Amino acid sequence: MAERFDDDMLVCRCEEVTVGQVREAIRRGACDVTDVKLRTRAGMGLCQGRTCEALVQAILRQELGLPADKTGYSTPRTPQRPVSFGTLGGDIDE
Amino acid sequence: MKEYEMIVIGGGAAGLSAAIEAKRHGVNVLLIDSNDKAGGQLVKQTHKFFGAKMHRAGTRGFNICKELLKESEDLGVEVLLNGLVMGIYDGDTVAVDVKVSLTEHKLMMLKAKNIVISTGASENAVRFEGWTLPGVMGAGAAQTMVNYRHVLPGKKMLMIGSGNVGLIVSYQLMQAGVEIKGIVEALPKITGWQVHASKLTREGIHIYTGYTIKKAHGTDRVTGATIAKVNPDWSLVSGSEIEVDCDFICIGAGLKPLTGLAHMAGCELIYDKALGGWAPAHNYNMETTKKGIYVAGDATGLEEASTAIEEGTIAGAAIAEATGHLSAAEAEERKAGAWRRLADLRDGFHGEERLAAKNKQLAEYDRLMGVRE
Repeated sequence: MAERFDDDMLVCRCEEVTVGQVREAIRRGACDVTDVKLRTRAGMGLCQGRTCEALVQAILRQELGLPADKTGYSTPRTPQRPVSFGTLGGDIDE
Repeated sequence: MKEYEMIVIGGGAAGLSAAIEAKRHGVNVLLIDSNDKAGGQLVKQTHKFFGAKMHRAGTRGFNICKELLKESEDLGVEVLLNGLVMGIYDGDTVAVDVKVSLTEHKLMMLKAKNIVISTGASENAVRFEGWTLPGVMGAGAAQTMVNYRHVLPGKKMLMIGSGNVGLIVSYQLMQAGVEIKGIVEALPKITGWQVHASKLTREGIHIYTGYTIKKAHGTDRVTGATIAKVNPDWSLVSGSEIEVDCDFICIGAGLKPLTGLAHMAGCELIYDKALGGWAPAHNYNMETTKKGIYVAGDATGLEEASTAIEEGTIAGAAIAEATGHLSAAEAEERKAGAWRRLADLRDGFHGEERLAAKNKQLAEYDRLMGVRE
């Protein structure tokens, strides 16, 4: 679905990054999802970009005229879903 | 570290089918699901499936779920519930966060030379003014609340998107007593199947084609919405605004394959809009470009539960072959049968685009792996 992008709208809810901030990052040279993430923190929060990645990709397409398969995607890392430090730092259950 | 011949991540239509097929032939398989019950999206699908009898047409989704769960239980498939897979390492090790109680979790490391990723898909968000207000939710989330948890998300709903999910969920919310205030579709025509749309229009529900949502009203929750006509360049037609009296808004703007684990495991992804975006390339066995990592269902491209069942079956048979439980000839018979049923399911007008995209995934696998005809 096509969307309108007003500068004050939120893109990344977890890190509270707005459309305007993503646009600014693109103006400063960001040209894929990872660039935008490094400059704005969009996609670095609790959901790790599951919600905002597609929105960032859409803004990149609009701003840079990129085809859909050239906007990149975020690098998947552990943990794929939020887990507690207790789990990460705890013993392994055999 | 506990080792299995096969681990299936995600117990929806695809994962259950993969585990059932493999277990049927004697494979030592573990099925991991992050919910308190396996079944995936089928648990909440109250509509009947289309197609032919062999694809379980005429059966409601949650009954297909019951059949699959019973089959897996009868075969003795080992199931780990409330298990969240955090990552896949070295191509054969899986880290799982297992919820033991409300406050207690434990970490398990499990090993298998064959892993099936059948993690399904996640809903796409749409941004508009007020999209982060409580009361704006995915259409799938609303369906879970109503059909599975038996909770009404609100009394008056506005649906964004006229794809099958938007149409079916609107109808089911209406059946549950929600007043449907309208369905908004930015494109000039309804994108879902006419049969689903007609059920709603017959009840007097209006589908606003060529419209989009401009704003969700409210300060701490949704109290209404403004919709407006869109121009061909996606700007809004001034003066076309319509105020909608609603207390929740559902987003049915499509889904995208959950590819995080596959990507992390090193599988090559291919982009195709018809399949919801990026998804792993795979071969005839549903094996990805990473040896021993298989995919099935929506995780490898948005389709239907019926196609997910067949893809799962192919992966299950292929792994039974790889682990020596089936001869090549026996496995081929199982796989060829499932591929024939898949061809049927992808036949015709609604399947054309998907069939082309799925064929591209197979061709891309060959290209990436340097396979020659």
